[in-house]
Amino acid sequence: MTAVTEDNHDSHQEHHEATGIKRWLYTTNHKDIGSMYLIFSLIMFLIGGAMAMVIRAELFQPGLQLVEPHFFNQMTTVHGLIMVFGAVMPAFVGLANWMIPMMVGAPDMALPRMNNWSFWILPFAFSILLASLFMEGGGPSFGWTFYAPLSTTYSNDNTALFVFSVHMMGMSSIMGAINVIVTIVNLRAPGMTWMKLPLFVWTWLITAFLLIAVMPVLAGTVTMVLTDKYFGTSFFDAMGGGDPVMFQHIFWFFGHPEVYIMILPAFGIISTIVPTFSRKKLFGYASMVYATSSIAFLSFIVWAHHMFTTGMPLAGELFFMYSTMLISVPTGVKVFNWVATMWRGSISFEVPMLFSIAFIVLFTIGGFSGLMLAITPADFQYHDTYFVVAHFHYVLVTGAIFSIMAGVYYWLPKWTGYMFDITLAKWHFWLSLISVNVLFFPMHFVGLAGMPRRIPDYALQFADFNAIISIGGFAFGLSQLLFVAVVYKCIKGGDKVPAKVWEGAEGLEWEVDSPAPYHTFSTPPEIKD
Amino acid sequence: MGVVRFTLWLILLAPQLSFANSSLNMRTGVTDISENVYQLHMIIFLICCVIGIIVFALMFWAIFHHRKSKGAKPAQFHESTRIEILWTAIPFVILIVMAIPATKTLIAMEDTSKADLTIKITGSQWKWHYEYLSYNGEKGDVDFYSILSTPQDQIKNKAAKGENYLLEVDKPLVIPTDKKVRFLMTSDDVIHSWWVPDFAVKKDANPGFINEAWARVNEAGTYRGQCAELCGKDHGFMPVVVVAKAPEEFDAWLNDAKQSKQNAAQADQALLSQTLSKDELMTLGEQVYMASCAACHQPTGLGLPGVFPGLKGSPIAVGDVNAHIDMVLHGTPGTAMQAFAKQLTLKQLAAIVTYERNAWGNDTGDLVQPNQVKARMKGDE
Amino acid sequence: MKNEYEKYYVPAQSPWPIIGAVGLFFIAVGSGLSIMQMGKEASSGVYLLLAGIAVIIYMLFGWFKNVIDESMSGLYSKQLDISFRQGMAWFILSEVMFFFAFFGALFYARMLSVPWLGGADNNAMTHEVLWNGFEAVWPLLTTPSGETTQAMGWQGLPLINTLILLTSSVTVHFAHVALEKNKRAQLKIFMVLTVLLGVGFLTLQVEEYIHAYQELGLTLESGIYGNTFFMLTGFHGLHVTLGTIMLFVVMLRIFKGHLSANNHFAFLAAAWYWHFVDVVWLCLFMFVYVI
Ligand code: HEA
Ligand code: HEA
Ligand code: HEC
Ligand code: CUA
Ligand SMILES: [Cu+2]
Repeated sequence: MTAVTEDNHDSHQEHHEATGIKRWLYTTNHKDIGSMYLIFSLIMFLIGGAMAMVIRAELFQPGLQLVEPHFFNQMTTVHGLIMVFGAVMPAFVGLANWMIPMMVGAPDMALPRMNNWSFWILPFAFSILLASLFMEGGGPSFGWTFYAPLSTTYSNDNTALFVFSVHMMGMSSIMGAINVIVTIVNLRAPGMTWMKLPLFVWTWLITAFLLIAVMPVLAGTVTMVLTDKYFGTSFFDAMGGGDPVMFQHIFWFFGHPEVYIMILPAFGIISTIVPTFSRKKLFGYASMVYATSSIAFLSFIVWAHHMFTTGMPLAGELFFMYSTMLISVPTGVKVFNWVATMWRGSISFEVPMLFSIAFIVLFTIGGFSGLMLAITPADFQYHDTYFVVAHFHYVLVTGAIFSIMAGVYYWLPKWTGYMFDITLAKWHFWLSLISVNVLFFPMHFVGLAGMPRRIPDYALQFADFNAIISIGGFAFGLSQLLFVAVVYKCIKGGDKVPAKVWEGAEGLEWEVDSPAPYHTFSTPPEIKD
Repeated sequence: MGVVRFTLWLILLAPQLSFANSSLNMRTGVTDISENVYQLHMIIFLICCVIGIIVFALMFWAIFHHRKSKGAKPAQFHESTRIEILWTAIPFVILIVMAIPATKTLIAMEDTSKADLTIKITGSQWKWHYEYLSYNGEKGDVDFYSILSTPQDQIKNKAAKGENYLLEVDKPLVIPTDKKVRFLMTSDDVIHSWWVPDFAVKKDANPGFINEAWARVNEAGTYRGQCAELCGKDHGFMPVVVVAKAPEEFDAWLNDAKQSKQNAAQADQALLSQTLSKDELMTLGEQVYMASCAACHQPTGLGLPGVFPGLKGSPIAVGDVNAHIDMVLHGTPGTAMQAFAKQLTLKQLAAIVTYERNAWGNDTGDLVQPNQVKARMKGDE
Repeated sequence: MKNEYEKYYVPAQSPWPIIGAVGLFFIAVGSGLSIMQMGKEASSGVYLLLAGIAVIIYMLFGWFKNVIDESMSGLYSKQLDISFRQGMAWFILSEVMFFFAFFGALFYARMLSVPWLGGADNNAMTHEVLWNGFEAVWPLLTTPSGETTQAMGWQGLPLINTLILLTSSVTVHFAHVALEKNKRAQLKIFMVLTVLLGVGFLTLQVEEYIHAYQELGLTLESGIYGNTFFMLTGFHGLHVTLGTIMLFVVMLRIFKGHLSANNHFAFLAAAWYWHFVDVVWLCLFMFVYVI
């Protein structure tokens, strides 16, 4: 597929761009907003990561050394919340903002002002969350899953702030998702038919749909927590006819699709990068689209696999076990397609490709542990142990985060116009790859051996592995500073790159100059096949 | 069916290769169910390993042989309906193979009928309450609380940690071997989860609802687990210890327990006419305070501002004695402050209140005697 | 197609989004603090909340003024109109899902938690050991803890309200037809009618609430029946309020001569929203009152 672009700057002459800080506060430009999302998410990653470092430092040895249990719980809770809502989701929205208009040949996002609003809500939402940590009683300490009644009757007074900050995050996500859908549905360049859409766009379209479907449910959940705690309702209290387990059903109805919200765009990124560096078309494009859709569909009917130990009726347990296991099938299709894409390709190992290969292997390992968790009788042993922690860090860190790194390395030259420092980036990759496994792999062992999650102190038989895990954690944390350095250097300068940065790359984004002009397509590009 | 034979072979070998019961793998446990769960775990694990090895082997083979630096030229194919159907269907079949034993085990686990012994387990922040409801069709009539017994000094790294650090309690649950024991889980406050890995029993204790689980233990011994659902500040300090005894020994233990329950009631009765000295009350008070109250109100009596109120100079702890006793006896419903009337003996209750009214500079000078506490209890009955 | 695309309008920089974000920030902190300060001396939260609302109102005026000006000066293309419409449709879907959470709670309570407390399914022991004597019925008039209340019948106010909302959906539809046929007088009449019906609905709902609190003893605190009743009707009422305001603003604009037969996204948005509110009410009426 190639495209012809004619840059027509006349139509934008009425824009007097503000400069300095106002440019960023007032902007309606998808690239500016994309950059802000990405930078915000990086900051959140560092803050959330710093909290993980507190967790790992406390768990380095048995006994209570650094923090009190109450503070420890705040750290795990806020770490989870920040990483999920502050780091991974905004990073994907940032990539969507930057790339989707360019990929579909649109001038900008469909609703540019709302786009800016979606972004600017986030810093405020997270400052509320973070500020509550410093108030009397501390921040939320009931886990990122805020199970009632721990989060209602038994939580501290600041819970109201938590509730409203989650409301703000939800609004931001919903508006962002609406923008993405409308852009894709309505602003595709002529000739960009559905089955020509780049996979990143496809996966984001489906993700946006999931967001619109489940973020409001989260809003409903936190609202019920609020009224249960402060206004005397008893949704989650048997005394009034409610049920604490009802909270979990409603939460996970949001929560499970949420985890796919954090992985579908990753699938899109990997499906973009692997063909580029294999110099071969993506294998099974159509089946990728169908697989993504079936994962999205299944994600709505598997939520209670997080709740096997809550005492559901047997029929429920069986249903949720089977439906959860089914997700392996479409996910497997994706993995096999990537391997088939590499098969008999002409593969080279630039940094984005290195991250993608690591993604395929490590995400699959995380997926396998997910499948093990889906087996209900076995989950009784795994549930709420570090085995679960190992599972979700494999899919989230070596899955979502690695895909984001891959995506950033892939498109960074397009954004800045410069090639990044390849040596440094390779260091970043190899150090991350090794340390992340030292960090998360032994968690499987301590989990199987019986270490519960969310505890600040543990029995002696877990000590050796925890020390290793912590060392891996510090190493992985420090390695991320290299990433910050690479990005910073690349923004400042470097070797100039041509429009088509990577030899095997395909897609509209490679037809425009590097750095991509402020306004990309004033007139729609022509899509030829 | 080479694949099947290969898998069976792996499963046969598994016990040798599997590091069962080491710190690397799940435990086989001491019930038939836990054994089944372990087998199930190994089967799925090995299937995943096999799939993983095949997929990654193919990928790395491609990475190695089809790399550009070796001069590989890209092929042109990019779909094949046949192979795509194949790799949708095969995993599906594998899943069915996994689902069959999983379903069987699950159905067995959920069958709590025909139990010999029924024990009600109530979680609360941060202890377990065990009530023997019925044994061989008779009323059990024994109940007690089970709290972490690891000293604070070990936790605060001021003393060497013992062998069962954090996995030891003052009074373990005692059950007979070779009998079907049914557990009824519930909670007084937040959700807890009662977990003994060796029984493969992990069930949430939900406030206001009762969940059921069961175990038939094959070997006598001491089995340790932990609370497995975040339940607040001291979630990490809420161990479960179960001692399984041969049935005869269990019967003897149960009789002893009933006896000592009666003795305790008599001792309480006797106490009512006694007057305890301040020293005695303060020493006992401090001890019980540290075990039962310090988790929230802190050893310093300062509490955790915004979460648990301090008792130092608190209006209740230096105000009306009866209000103070009432608070300790009945707690405040809907907060973390539980009712201690049934958890502690009269003597302990009297001692605690005395202690709180005189420690940390709360120098009220008040002495509270057991009969005074008893009187407040009556007031509400 | 290509022609339309060229006119695609990317608005210049705008201060309104960031003002909106600041407004939301104040609203969030303000509501949070005022709730935390309930029953206490401090009242800083309320002031923050009011400030936030003021900022948001200012933002809405400014933002919509911009949009209206741009629209009136013909900057908008057909394509942008479609974007707006699609955006509105997805927004309404998200609202549907918000209600879905509360309906989920209702169904869960009716079909699962209340029967379970009464010993259904695998919960025989729950009833026997914990809630002996509790009777599982719906509406749940006596909670497990012994709280009692009375049920709200459907024949009186709720039925009238149902008719009012249904009528208003019809009038707004007639207004739409009139708008598309460019019959301005008819349009105005139907708009006014619709807004009045909306206000009427809200008034009656307030009356119903007073009745519930004062005569039935049905409050937000009377167990899961009262909880679901007030949360569902309450959030629905909020949406009716919002919808009425939207219709009212559109009405004002129509009186000012805005909105034409082929360019009336604002009208459409309000009307769609109104139909959505209507459908939610029908579900509510069925599941909360009648069945
Ligand atoms: C990006 C996020 C992400 C992703 C993609 C997944 C993917 C999956 N997850 Fe995971 N999960 C989480 C994030 C994620 N999860 C989080 C955050 C939690 C914890 C929440 C909390 O409690 O805090 C969690 C918890 C969690 C639980 C609950 C555990 C417990 O608390 O007891 C379960 C149980 O079923 C589960 C299952 C699965 C399954 C079956 C998949 C599947 O989608 C995986 C499918 C992939 C594969 C199977 C690999 C590739 C496939 C092949 C190579 C094909 C062939 C394979 C076979 C036929 C075997 N997950
Ligand atoms: C996308 C999501 C995401 C990501 C990226 C991570 C990243 C990490 N997580 Fe995360 N984690 C979750 C999501 C995520 N986590 C969730 C949802 C939970 C559950 C919460 C709950 O139970 O409620 C959880 C829980 C959780 C636990 C369990 C806590 C408990 O149960 O008690 C642990 C423990 O080790 C942990 C560790 C880490 C580590 C070491 C990283 C590392 O990858 C982080 C690395 C990054 C940095 C370190 C930042 C960069 C460096 C600096 C800022 C410089 C400073 C560096 C040093 C001082 C060395 N996490
Ligand atoms: C799980 C936490 C927890 C434990 C254990 C606990 N308390 Fe409390 N306590 C609280 C909370 C929370 C309150 C505040 C209750 C309220 O708001 O009325 C409280 C309040 C009190 C008060 C009233 C203080 C005041 O000024 O309001 C007293 C006295 C008290 N507790 C004594 C005790 C004693 C004695 C014990 C042990 C035998 C104990 N508490 C154990 C949580 C706990
Ligand atoms: Cu009790 Cu965790
Ligand atoms: Cu899930």
